[in-house]
Amino acid sequence: MQSTSRSFKANAHRALNDAVLQRALGNIKTGFQEKRRRVVEALPEFEALRDSGRDIKNHTLAHLDFYLERFEEKVIANGGTVHWCRTPAEARETILAICRRREARTVTKGKSMVAEEIGLNAFLEANAIEPVETDLGEYIIQIRNEPPSHIIAPAIHVTREQIAEDFRRHHTELDPARRLEEPGDFTDEARAQLRDRYFQADVGITGANFLIAETGSTVIVTNEGNGDMTQLLGKCHVVIASLEKVVPTLDDAATILRLLARSATGQEMSVYTTFSTGPRRPDDLDGPEEFHVVLLDNGRSAMLGTQFQDMLRCIRCAACMNHCPVYAAVGGHAYGWVYPGPMGAVLTPSLIGVEEAGHLPNASTFCGRCESVCPMRIPLPKMMRHYRTREFERGLAPPMAKGGLAVWAFLATRPTLYRFVTGMAARVLGALGRRTGRFKSLPLAGGWTGVRDMPAPEGRSFHALWAERRGGR
Amino acid sequence: MTRAGPRVGLFVTCLVDLYRPTVGFAAVKLMEDAGCTVEVPAAQTCCGQPAFNSGDTADAKAVARGVIDAFDGYDYVVAPSGSCAGMIHEHYPALFADEPETALRAQHLAKRTHELVSFLVDILKVERVAAVFPGTVTYHDSCSGLRELQVKAQPRRLLGSVDGLTLTELPSAEICCGFGGTFCVKYPEISDKMVTDKAQDVVATGAGTLLAGDLGCLLNMAGKLSRLGADTKVRHVAEVLAGLADGPAIGEPAKD
Repeated sequence: MQSTSRSFKANAHRALNDAVLQRALGNIKTGFQEKRRRVVEALPEFEALRDSGRDIKNHTLAHLDFYLERFEEKVIANGGTVHWCRTPAEARETILAICRRREARTVTKGKSMVAEEIGLNAFLEANAIEPVETDLGEYIIQIRNEPPSHIIAPAIHVTREQIAEDFRRHHTELDPARRLEEPGDFTDEARAQLRDRYFQADVGITGANFLIAETGSTVIVTNEGNGDMTQLLGKCHVVIASLEKVVPTLDDAATILRLLARSATGQEMSVYTTFSTGPRRPDDLDGPEEFHVVLLDNGRSAMLGTQFQDMLRCIRCAACMNHCPVYAAVGGHAYGWVYPGPMGAVLTPSLIGVEEAGHLPNASTFCGRCESVCPMRIPLPKMMRHYRTREFERGLAPPMAKGGLAVWAFLATRPTLYRFVTGMAARVLGALGRRTGRFKSLPLAGGWTGVRDMPAPEGRSFHALWAERRGGR
Repeated sequence: MTRAGPRVGLFVTCLVDLYRPTVGFAAVKLMEDAGCTVEVPAAQTCCGQPAFNSGDTADAKAVARGVIDAFDGYDYVVAPSGSCAGMIHEHYPALFADEPETALRAQHLAKRTHELVSFLVDILKVERVAAVFPGTVTYHDSCSGLRELQVKAQPRRLLGSVDGLTLTELPSAEICCGFGGTFCVKYPEISDKMVTDKAQDVVATGAGTLLAGDLGCLLNMAGKLSRLGADTKVRHVAEVLAGLADGPAIGEPAKD
């Protein structure tokens, strides 16, 4: 996917002035935050589970090669194939080759952020293969020709009125006067549209929430059952997953599953948790004829052993963005690439470079709410700060910021001079602002006074007053 | 007094020093009333966050070294700010991870450093203050104090002992106000959206006064409230707790 992260500011400006988007974003608070809070409060061991989840992932990442090879052995033993892909291009070509061999004309797709990462849909279309998204949110944005704006609720930026319009425009064979108001109306209509597509599909592509080394299974969680239909009714099941999705055992997956839905949607479990272990066996009633796992690296192995390794613990629950005030203000598209919000602010520069995505780790107040809800205890603000450091060290920070910091640091390391300057500033600004108590505008402070007043100082610095009042003591 | 209380070094913070010395004097009064000997090392400037959060590690370390030197030898170091106390408490040791000797001194300082209101309640075991403040207030939990130092119940507990004061909770109290240090000037439009939402929530409580424990957030919220024409007064919580809330509120004209 082509990034527009460099234009984050312009993207954010557009988002903030989009009244429809702002209305859609208003649903995050009740839709996600409240539900998570309730379900977490109902589970006394939630904090201990977070520790377990973090430890499982840390252990796996420390032995990633071992568990990935074990996973591959098991997949092969089950009759499947693992394709190791270093780059998005390799992953796309691998999937295309499978589709070509199956003479595929349409593929159904379960929700997959890795598929977005490698730009799969556009690539398949360019090769005369029609991808059909089956997750309701993905189906909506496919009709709208938009990328997802959220990693578990891809169409969160769209209002019901917009969906109704899109469905009427797209499903022209249906009665134009039909009712399209409630989520159930949209689900029913999409379900009816998709039913035949599942049977027509030559290949079903899903993502994976976990890869289990012990059994060679892949696991997906969905609430609509579309993933099951995609992988069971297609004749060939292709799983696309990034390599940090592996966990050692079924038990480990079970532990993390207890964190995942609670953190994501505030459910105790997702409606469907589906384990896929190889292709259909001779006495199975159903299942695909072929089973492939396309394992994507795309820069992740380079994060191992660095200060960004902790990011590979991420289980894509979206709790960070659901609780992020910046995400809530601008929505996911403003971030300009696949992964938005706090996890995207760390993962995006890791995968496409800090030169391209430098805005993202900067566009945070470090309020820390993301880290406080992360089920994997990923220190997101700390890693954003590491990217700021990397940016600063490479001289990529804006010249104004560098200049300002240099002046500030010069003063802040010279206390006597610093006190003289701040004492003067307090007096001058205090005197100028005495009558009104605040400034509507101030030279060099347009960033502040453009949107809010600058309260005036009281008029003397604390240190000056302290020296006068307590100087003798 | 027969037994001398702890010797506390007040970390004034750069914003209190420049903008609102009243907060510093309120901190001194609250700690002296609780039996502390309070000193203000003259060699202090800032905690270093502007550099640290901008990725300028070298300057952050230079400024932090000054703080470590200036506050050597105190029983406690206390700041009327969760953000600055959090910087010293949470981040100084990591900042010097590659300099073992300084790291040790940073850890020693970190362990002794507290945010003012949590210091009063958790360490000095202050249960009530002798202040009077007739009116309804609401309280914003500044992010660093809340999440790095677990400052949440302490200010509410002490505010509960202020004569005449009614606390109306702010529904979004734990959501960032959009200050974020340099964030508010680097991304003013996003900051504006956040602080506008916050100001509207504050006004909706109907409280006459908004309190918080960090001057950065307070300046941001006061600036937005006055830009929106709201008449909510804005003060640092220490002013109310110390009974020093009779002067102009933040952003109010001087009385004469």
